[in-house]
Amino acid sequence: MNDLSEQFVERITAASSDQPLCIRGGGSKDFYGEARRGEVIDTRGHAGIVAYEPTELVITARCGTPLAEIEAALAAQNQFLAFEPPTFGAGTVGGAVAAGLSGPRRASVGALRDYVLGVTILSGVPRRLTFGGTVMKNVAGYDVSRLMAGSLGTLGLILEVSLKVLPRPVAEASLRFDLPQAKALDALNAWAGQPLPLSASCWCDDALTLRLSGAEAAVAAAMRRLGGDGVTDAAAFWTSLREQRHAFFAGDETLMRLSLPSNAPPLALPGAQLIEWGGSQRWWRGDAATAREVAAKAGGHAVLFRGADKSAGVFQPLPAPILNIHRRLKAAFDPRGVFNTGRLYPNL
Amino acid sequence: MTGRAHTHEREQDFSDVDRGALIAELSRLVPKASLLHELEDLKPYECDGLAAYRQVPLAVVLAENETQVIAVLKTCSRLGVPVVARGAGTGLSGGALPHGNGVLLSLAKMKRILHLDPVARVAVVEPGVRNLAISEAAAPHGLYYAPDPSSQLACTIGGNIAENAGGVHCLKYGLTVHNVLRVRGVTMAGDAIELGNHALDAPGYDLLAVMIGSEGLLAVVTEVTVKLVPKPEAARVIMASFGDITHAGDAVAAIIAAGIIPAGLEMMDKPTTAAVEPFVKAGYDLDAAAILLCESDGTPEEVEEEIGRMRAVLEGSGATGIRVSTDEAERLKFWAGRKAAFPAAGTLAPDYYCMDGTIPRKRLGEILVAIAGMEKEYGLRCINVFHAGDGNLHPLILYDANVPGETERTEEFGARILEMSVALGGTITGEHGVGYEKLRGMCVQFDSDELTAFHGVKAAFDPQGLLNPGKAVPSLHRCAEFGRMHVHHGDLKFPDIERF
Repeated sequence: MNDLSEQFVERITAASSDQPLCIRGGGSKDFYGEARRGEVIDTRGHAGIVAYEPTELVITARCGTPLAEIEAALAAQNQFLAFEPPTFGAGTVGGAVAAGLSGPRRASVGALRDYVLGVTILSGVPRRLTFGGTVMKNVAGYDVSRLMAGSLGTLGLILEVSLKVLPRPVAEASLRFDLPQAKALDALNAWAGQPLPLSASCWCDDALTLRLSGAEAAVAAAMRRLGGDGVTDAAAFWTSLREQRHAFFAGDETLMRLSLPSNAPPLALPGAQLIEWGGSQRWWRGDAATAREVAAKAGGHAVLFRGADKSAGVFQPLPAPILNIHRRLKAAFDPRGVFNTGRLYPNL
Repeated sequence: MTGRAHTHEREQDFSDVDRGALIAELSRLVPKASLLHELEDLKPYECDGLAAYRQVPLAVVLAENETQVIAVLKTCSRLGVPVVARGAGTGLSGGALPHGNGVLLSLAKMKRILHLDPVARVAVVEPGVRNLAISEAAAPHGLYYAPDPSSQLACTIGGNIAENAGGVHCLKYGLTVHNVLRVRGVTMAGDAIELGNHALDAPGYDLLAVMIGSEGLLAVVTEVTVKLVPKPEAARVIMASFGDITHAGDAVAAIIAAGIIPAGLEMMDKPTTAAVEPFVKAGYDLDAAAILLCESDGTPEEVEEEIGRMRAVLEGSGATGIRVSTDEAERLKFWAGRKAAFPAAGTLAPDYYCMDGTIPRKRLGEILVAIAGMEKEYGLRCINVFHAGDGNLHPLILYDANVPGETERTEEFGARILEMSVALGGTITGEHGVGYEKLRGMCVQFDSDELTAFHGVKAAFDPQGLLNPGKAVPSLHRCAEFGRMHVHHGDLKFPDIERF
């Protein structure tokens, strides 16, 4: 357990918009977002679980705590981070919140942002600010804690975060069906409207894999009802999706993430796709401009998740009134422009 | 007036608003019947669900569509007139209390369900649609909208967005913020903005999360997309009696520790069950110091299994009596008393004051003992109902506003409960919002730097500071007046502010 917050305050005080800081934890998501600039401020030393009480369903940890350490502590109490954030190896909890990424269970249980209960940050002034807390229901003040999720470190240095945790499901089982894409999407949307214990889905190569989680009896009843084939090594399969070690993610070709309404019809894109989240998250290897156009038409947006050429911009451009709100929020939390400038959008 | 500088240090003074000019301009924007400005027409809007605070606005506009909302906001922005948005006015913290120099903008006429898609499991609705009306419209498809605040028969989805409304099932199904995909709104400047979309995330900062629970200070909601979820096939509730209220609190922790997330987990103390039993005849154990209602929902198999596990935990935690609902009628009867708690309080005393703190579950026993002590200290009774599963307390302080001094003692009593909630690691408001009522508590829970950050969020959406001014986030001056301003980093950030 180390508290480096005083050192961070010194670094932030010494920084300026000409000499900005690049907040970095395990470096597992260096690939994500726009180009990194500025001097690295390494958060890994500010680490450790500050409080964890299983009966309160909350864990509080310093930003540099490896996700693996948190998951091990939770597993010892038969609990887990239900949103299954990718660890990408050395990922830290601060980095997970800053990136805001969620794993296979997202469509069923919610995203990382849904589990953020409170944060303590250092603003760009710098000031130490605490928002939210450790209780489930809290509507005092604006929900700044959730604002931090996915802000890519542009608003402040997350010192500490409190996350809601859940008990592990009693039972879990996976099923596989041979289905072409259109039929798989129809089935996923129909099942999602029924009281079935679905906890993840993946369609790829004309095969749909489902995961069921819940009470023993509920999982058994759903298996009887849905049919399908068993899946060998199911846990490894879902981990390979969460960590993007599945064969679909191999290679250097640009990886686009399309975030869409779950019932968007099959997309007119050449080449392979991998579909998660009941149809809401679709991965495609191809160029950003095409993906962005297709996603916008379908009522969603596209992220250039990985790729060597980011000239098309990583995130879908924002309408002017929304971008103005972004700029004013950035100015409110980081008035001197020292944190991760340009990582989310140019000049932000 | 447009050049008036917004500052978080002091509240703005709007006393120079020209009523005649305002009404003349508004009358050009909306039909005659949609603009109220005679005192007798304004009176019904002078308060929301917290009737202790009343203020007649200069005018009420009953907007019928987004075009009118934009026109009204643009005009008020140009004239420098404050605007307070209102749905059904069921809020319990004075969030929709009108501004005496401003316009009250009612969205209650915008109550169409625009689109319901059972395949995508979403409903697109106008802000004035009632919470329960959404679930009723979705019911034929086996779907419903999960958040169920007690006022769901009357409260509107626009107000639910403003307050981040919860309900008795939010431990398992989440709050408004977890069940809304998209909000369309209009900023004070008159820009229509869309936060979120029909996918599961949107590019940029999570402004949707900031908008939900923003108490009408950031934008006026004109359209909402909510998530619909499958209605559980079955539900059963256990009613467990406890001879000691701390045992009941421990039982709540034990259920969670056993890996169970109940669909609902509520507690009532003995004075509450005594008050509600004559109303609902639910068969509550009136000898018990506290009773717990613990609900399981899901497939019939799942419920059967979970009820068995819950029963074992409750028995192991010292429950003195256990009954499990055998059919839907009995389940609803068990719940009826919990839902009747507020009306029942109204029969015990002429007035009651409902608090809304949240604490870590494990501190439940401590705060109950403290509340019992405060009852003696203030000479006032307090009955306690809790969303025990998420640590959200609703102590109801019973008083008589006609007895000189009781209102003041009640407010002091309430403020002490909230201060203790903060001291125990909780918050001053779990689901009712800060509104006008809990501004003082905000000065306790947040320091001046944090309050300044909140004002920065406000200014990012509403640089003029005209939307619902004087609510939710106190000015630093007001906190100084309360004499409770926290001194941060050993120095006063605003040494020039007068302190009393």
